[in-house]
Parts: sequence; C-alpha cells; structure tokens
Amino acid sequence: MNGLNKLFTEDLRCVNLGLEIFCDAAVEQGTPCVQVEWKPPAGGDPRLLMVLEWLEV
Amino acid sequence: MVYYHEVRKDTYYDSITLMLFSGALSAAEGVKNASVMMGTAHNKDLMQKAGILSPEGAAEAGPNDMIIGVLAESDEAVAAALSELEKQLNSSGEDKAADDGALVQKARSLDSAIRQVGGANFAIVSVPGKYAAAEAMRAMRRGLHVLLFSDNVTIENEIRLKDYAVEHELLLMGPDCGTAWVNGTAFGFANKVRRGGISLAAPSGTGLQEVCVIIDRLGGGIAQALGTGGRDVKEEVGGRMLLMELKALNADPMTKVIGIVSKPPADDVLRKIIDLTRTFSKPVVACFLGGNRDMVRGSGIGFADTMEDCAKMLVSLCDGVSFPEDDPHRYDALADAEIALYTPEQRYVRGLYSGGSLCYEGILLAEKIVGPVYSNITSGDYCLRDPETSVENTFIDMGEDYFTDGMPHPMIDTRQRVARIKKEALDPTVAVVVLDCVLGYGSNPDPAGALAAAVEEARKLADERHVTYIASCCGTYADFQDRAAQEDKLRRAGILVADCNAQAAKMAAAILKRLNAGRNA
Repeated sequence: MNGLNKLFTEDLRCVNLGLEIFCDAAVEQGTPCVQVEWKPPAGGDPRLLMVLEWLEV
Repeated sequence: MVYYHEVRKDTYYDSITLMLFSGALSAAEGVKNASVMMGTAHNKDLMQKAGILSPEGAAEAGPNDMIIGVLAESDEAVAAALSELEKQLNSSGEDKAADDGALVQKARSLDSAIRQVGGANFAIVSVPGKYAAAEAMRAMRRGLHVLLFSDNVTIENEIRLKDYAVEHELLLMGPDCGTAWVNGTAFGFANKVRRGGISLAAPSGTGLQEVCVIIDRLGGGIAQALGTGGRDVKEEVGGRMLLMELKALNADPMTKVIGIVSKPPADDVLRKIIDLTRTFSKPVVACFLGGNRDMVRGSGIGFADTMEDCAKMLVSLCDGVSFPEDDPHRYDALADAEIALYTPEQRYVRGLYSGGSLCYEGILLAEKIVGPVYSNITSGDYCLRDPETSVENTFIDMGEDYFTDGMPHPMIDTRQRVARIKKEALDPTVAVVVLDCVLGYGSNPDPAGALAAAVEEARKLADERHVTYIASCCGTYADFQDRAAQEDKLRRAGILVADCNAQAAKMAAAILKRLNAGRNA
C-alpha cells in the first residue's frame, strides 16, 4: 500500500515546530500533538546553517 | 517621551506569541508605541523605522535574541508596561490546557517529541522561512508526513523537498500551505466540518476552506482535504504534490469523489492532471479560478466556475442530491432598494478581503459586470499602485505580504481591515463594500464583532450617505466562533449577509448592474 494511503488508515500522532496555536488546535480536536521547543539552529547564523544543511544531506 | 529597549539573549518565541506580547505592551497606559520581536535584520529595521529601537539596541541583538522596544510618556509608564509583559511571559511558559483539559506537552527536540507522542507520523512546520526547508526535510527523513505552513521557502528547496516526499510516499503540503484536513483533523486555518466521502487536493488555501465549509453547509462531508502549496501547479514544480495526492485519493476507499481548487495550472501540469485523472475510477471536479471550461473539455473532469459550484457538484456526485440553478434575478429587488438610496456620485464597489482566493473569486465575478477591477493581487494595468489607496472599483487582499509584513494576518487581527473600512466610508464615490469573515481554527475569535463595529463607525463617518455593506462567513455552525452568532452580529449592524463568497460578489454585482443600467438609460 502506498505510504500516503497508509497514513489515511492510521491515527495521527503529531509534532509541531513553530506556532503553538496549531498544536493547541490539534489537541483540542483529540489528535495527540507535542510542541517542539524550537529555536533557530546554529544560533541563527546563516552560514553555519548552510553547513548544517549540507551535513544532513 | 521616554525610550526604552531591552535585549534578552537566546530567548525565542514564535511570531504569534510575540504579537500577543506586543499587543499587551502597546495597550498599556501611557505607551505610545511598543513591540517585542526577534532580532532578525528585518525586524530590527521595522522597529527602528517605528522609532522603538535605537541603532545601539539593534547592534546588541542577533536573530536568536528577543528585543523589547517601548516609547512611552514617562518612566512609570514604561515600568508598568514591562510589568504587564512579565505577566504574559510567565503565563506563556506554563503548560497550556487545551479546551478539553488535555495538556499540551512540550519536548526539547524533534526526536524527543516524536518519542513522546508515541511514534509520530505527522509534523506541522511553521518556523520562519529560512529554517523551514531544513526542518521539513529533517521531519521527512524520520518518516513523517509534513504540513509546511511557512512561506519564504525557495522554489529550489520546494522541488528538493517534494522530490524526496514523492520518492518516499510522504505528504509535503506546502510551502505556504495554510489549510488542510487529514483523517478528519483540521490543520492551520481550517474549520470543523463533517466527515464524509468528498476529498480535495488544492494549491489554494482559502479556496479549500470555502469549498469545504459550503460542502458541510449542503450536508456533505470531507474524507481528506489536502493542500499542496500555492506554487505546486506552476511549471517549475510541475504539480509534483498535486499528482501524488490525486493518485492516493483515487485509491482511498473512503473517497467517492475528488475536487481540485486552484488557479489555472501551467499547460504542462494541466496535461498531466488530465492524463492522470482519465485513468481514475472516481469523478473529478475542478474549480480553476480564472480559467474556463475549455481547459478540461473532453477530459471527463467536471468544471466549476465558482467555489460554490464546485461544492454543489461534489455533493451532488457524492450523495446524489441535486441543487437548483442560481436564479439570475435573485437580488433584483434588493438591488432596486439599495440604488434608490445612493447619491449621484456613488458608483463604485470596494472589496476588502482577508482571504486571497476569496478576493480573487470576488474580482472574477465583479469584473463580469463592472469591467476590470483594480487590485493588489493582479498584474497589468489594473494592479493597484498604492495598496493603501483604492481606485474606482477595487478589491484588496489584505492578507497579502504588503499588509502582513511585521503585522498579524487579517484573519487573526482585524485592525487593518477595520481602519480600511472607515477610510473607504470617507470616499463619496463608494456605493458597495464587500467583506469576507473567516471563522474556524486560527482565526480571530470574533471577526464579525469587529467588522460590525467598524461598519457602525463608518456609517457615522459617511454622514447621510448610504453605503451597502455585504459580507459572507467562511465557516460552519460547529466552529468555535459559531457562524449563526457571527451572522447575527453582521445583520444587526445592517450588513447584508450572503450564503457564501460567490453569492456576496453576485449580490454586489447585481446592485452595480442595476445602478449602471439606471444611469445609462
């Protein structure tokens, strides 16, 4: 079964990176969601970010 | 005037939380202007221009630091405002209880969040644009499907993300995807709708919202309503996510009929959509706003001129219900009553929208009657030079970048639209004003209240001049704002309430048609 079709058969379990209202809304609907306490990686330095991204590839 | 700034190193909050803090600070007594923002170059620029950050303050702060800037009447006023801010900061740090008492859990990292939720399968990413692609990729590498709300992601990154997603059979809805329903859960700016057999795939955010709420109002229900991000059907992205979603919906046992809501795709993408859906076992309806039915002639795809028609066609096909054709004379009597009240100078319509697709649909319907309409979302001769100043017939999307740079989206914060309603009331040539009122998750708790108050104020400003205000609610009776209560508030302010966005535009068009016919006779 295709991965997307498999998702349609599952219960959603969510993680949220960013605006907390989205996590709140999911939980309010009974969908489990955990808020990641996100901060810009590498102290927000764009050059370090590029290096990090390259490393992840 | 007393100026105060403070830089809190390594202190991060999301943009909406910061806007709430800014609001609390600004509202404090004796404060002329105040803001709390992250120290990005762009934000520091905004704060300096607003006179609430000195060059020294700007030099102190980096992108991971939170800046507080205040301009107030006295030291005491600054101190009181800061104390109010501390209260907000302290309460935002606590675990929040969602309405049903379930606590929203927090985790320090993506991996610990994935574990904490019991093995995640879905990630919502709304971090600032320059970090968003990397975060979306990290989530997908861990096997998660993604809703990518963030904008300002490059098209190259979008393609990279979607190639990965398609290869691994993962959803990558976005970038700039604001609305989706997955397995019955509403994400982003979305509404409480019934579950049922209709599925949609849509590059258009408010378009998807409008079609889904109308489906709900007509008694139908949604299986899946998936976003793709606004650029997906452009030539460069090639419909990568739309095509993957359509295939999955055709294979989905709960889905009986499939809808597409979008601006017209690039030619090549349209060809791929037609070739793909020709093989489908389920009916497909497309609302290509701004397109025409020749685009899909002979393909088997049903064509809907408006989002309302799209919803009606999908409900008909899914549930076997039929709906009467629109009565072309439906608004004649109303139009006659309104035009009798105008001065000879009044002749133009102004649309003030919070939803981009709602604005665009309004333009398309108004243009049929009044000719070309000025706007901030169209290009060419009728592109509005200054978005702050309407010209003749003008429809504005106030959710567009110009208005949301450093300011909350008008679906969340009604202040800019309220100000514009009052401004338009001072223009003696305005006859009709059309508004949208978007409800549901993510939206303002009482948009109708704010719009109604603005219209009442506008009436006073317009003196004896009668202006017709028309609004429609993009929402359901199950949304927390309660559509019925919202429509009531609008009506009590003398605003004409239409069933949906298309009908609001048709009502305005009918009035202008009668007005112009009367004057040209």
